[in-house]
Amino acid sequence: MDQYFPIIFVFVIASLLGFELITKVPPTLHTPLMSGSNAISGITIVGAIASARLGHGWFSQVLAFLAIVFAMINVVGGYMVTDRMLASFKKKSK
Amino acid sequence: MDYLYLLATLLFVFGIKRLTSVKTCQSGNRMSEFGMGLAILTIVLVMARSGVINWGVIVAGILVGGGIGLVIAKRTPTTQMPEMVAALNGFGGVASALVAMADLLLNRALEVDGVGLKDLGVVPAVANPATILVGMVTLTGSFVAYGKLSGKKLTHPFAGSKRHLLHAGVGLAIIGLATWLVMTGSHAQMTIAVVLLALLSGALGVFLVMPIGGADMPVVVSLLNSYSGVAGAFAGFVIGNELLVVVGALVGTSGLILTQIMCKAMNRSLGNVLLGGMGEETVAKDAKDYKSIKSAGPEEVAMLLDGAQSVIFVPGYGLAVAQAQHVVRELADLLQKKGAVVRYAIHPVAGRMPGHMNVLLAESDVPYDQLWEMDRINGDFKNTDVVIIVGANDVVNPAAREASGPIAGMPILDVDQARTVIVIKRSLAPGYAGIKNPLFEMDNCLMVFLDAKEALEGIVKEVKELK
Repeated sequence: MDQYFPIIFVFVIASLLGFELITKVPPTLHTPLMSGSNAISGITIVGAIASARLGHGWFSQVLAFLAIVFAMINVVGGYMVTDRMLASFKKKSK
Repeated sequence: MDYLYLLATLLFVFGIKRLTSVKTCQSGNRMSEFGMGLAILTIVLVMARSGVINWGVIVAGILVGGGIGLVIAKRTPTTQMPEMVAALNGFGGVASALVAMADLLLNRALEVDGVGLKDLGVVPAVANPATILVGMVTLTGSFVAYGKLSGKKLTHPFAGSKRHLLHAGVGLAIIGLATWLVMTGSHAQMTIAVVLLALLSGALGVFLVMPIGGADMPVVVSLLNSYSGVAGAFAGFVIGNELLVVVGALVGTSGLILTQIMCKAMNRSLGNVLLGGMGEETVAKDAKDYKSIKSAGPEEVAMLLDGAQSVIFVPGYGLAVAQAQHVVRELADLLQKKGAVVRYAIHPVAGRMPGHMNVLLAESDVPYDQLWEMDRINGDFKNTDVVIIVGANDVVNPAAREASGPIAGMPILDVDQARTVIVIKRSLAPGYAGIKNPLFEMDNCLMVFLDAKEALEGIVKEVKELK
């Protein structure tokens, strides 16, 4: 078996799951959902942290640092903005 | 450790699922936050065990990035959230591109002279340039969207067939550079190729988003959000991390579906949006040519409202800009106490993002059952005494009913059927679509040329005095 088969397999299945996951969304939630999944796309933080490795040239570590900074902005900013949007719904549903 | 990744993935899946319903959305976001925390913790643990972890870079990066994210999120007013989502999305895209670039330097196999990406197998050879391309397009595309959403006019330097030629040229150059990057065995050449590839991809993102009209930006942001997921998944292939692949793919495809749902709400196809149907920034020449406009002050509006049995508010971006969501609620309460039926008509794309108005009105505790979606309320306008349009324009433009024109076919709120239409708007300036609004010239239409908050406060005051 090709060494990349498992990861490609997983990719295809996850893509299909993504297609099925969202079927109906009330318009009210379009923006929060977009914002929430935007925060999730900050998952690339995992790749960024994995790039911070000793024993390589300094330039690679500059790139790793920038990648972590940008991904963290995406993660922290994304979740907080989403939370702020959703907080306004909570007040109403009580 | 791998099982922690699995747990994080599950949290994301259920988190997204729960975000699609009003009742569960908050817990959904909480779950996905928890999943993200878990993912970060896991990778740090994995790295720590590997013994080569660069703590300095990681800690500094998390603190700096987290700090900036915190400040951005705290300081963004509700009105600017759509822009903010666009910008944040761009940061995610560039992070993925940087991961792919760093990998070129980190991969020991590539250090040997004569060994290139092509020798590592098909998957890394394709994934690496693809991550850089998609990541950089996401970055620059998002920032153009950010600019457009904050009201800047950005126009494409080329038009017509020249533009297509330019795009095709840039596209070909990107393919050429990507091929060079993959085939070359020299590290120096790889570096040059990757830098050029990143720059050109960035340029492509700018060119692609620039010709798309401001009103379509929500769809573009949603699509770019999907791209940043794809970039993440590709980055996962580059570094061989399943979590990235799975979660990236999830965001990529669910984002695509969301984009489609949003397109449907605007009655347009995705292709139509991307190729710029309303896209072309054709500010009609007669956009500011109005005859027979009737304008009124808060006092007259209050008198009209005094006898009204039914009132419908149509909020738009102007409401958001003026932060008038609390005053509008105050006026609504006042009118209700006088016995009028008060509702809000929410157009799916009012504001700068679908659902923008819901978020805003929720902030001032407007009861949920007063918010009516377009399809439900459109038949009621003809039985309505007074419609008050607060800073909306294109979504009530009857020009959309005509066979041709920039917004032809877009569903609109049929406000012109109401007995009296009051438009609160600072000027006669055209809306996002850049076209004239014949509604303003109609006999039953009164214009109040004031900032939304000022106007509403004035009306509230006058209504109180009438009692």
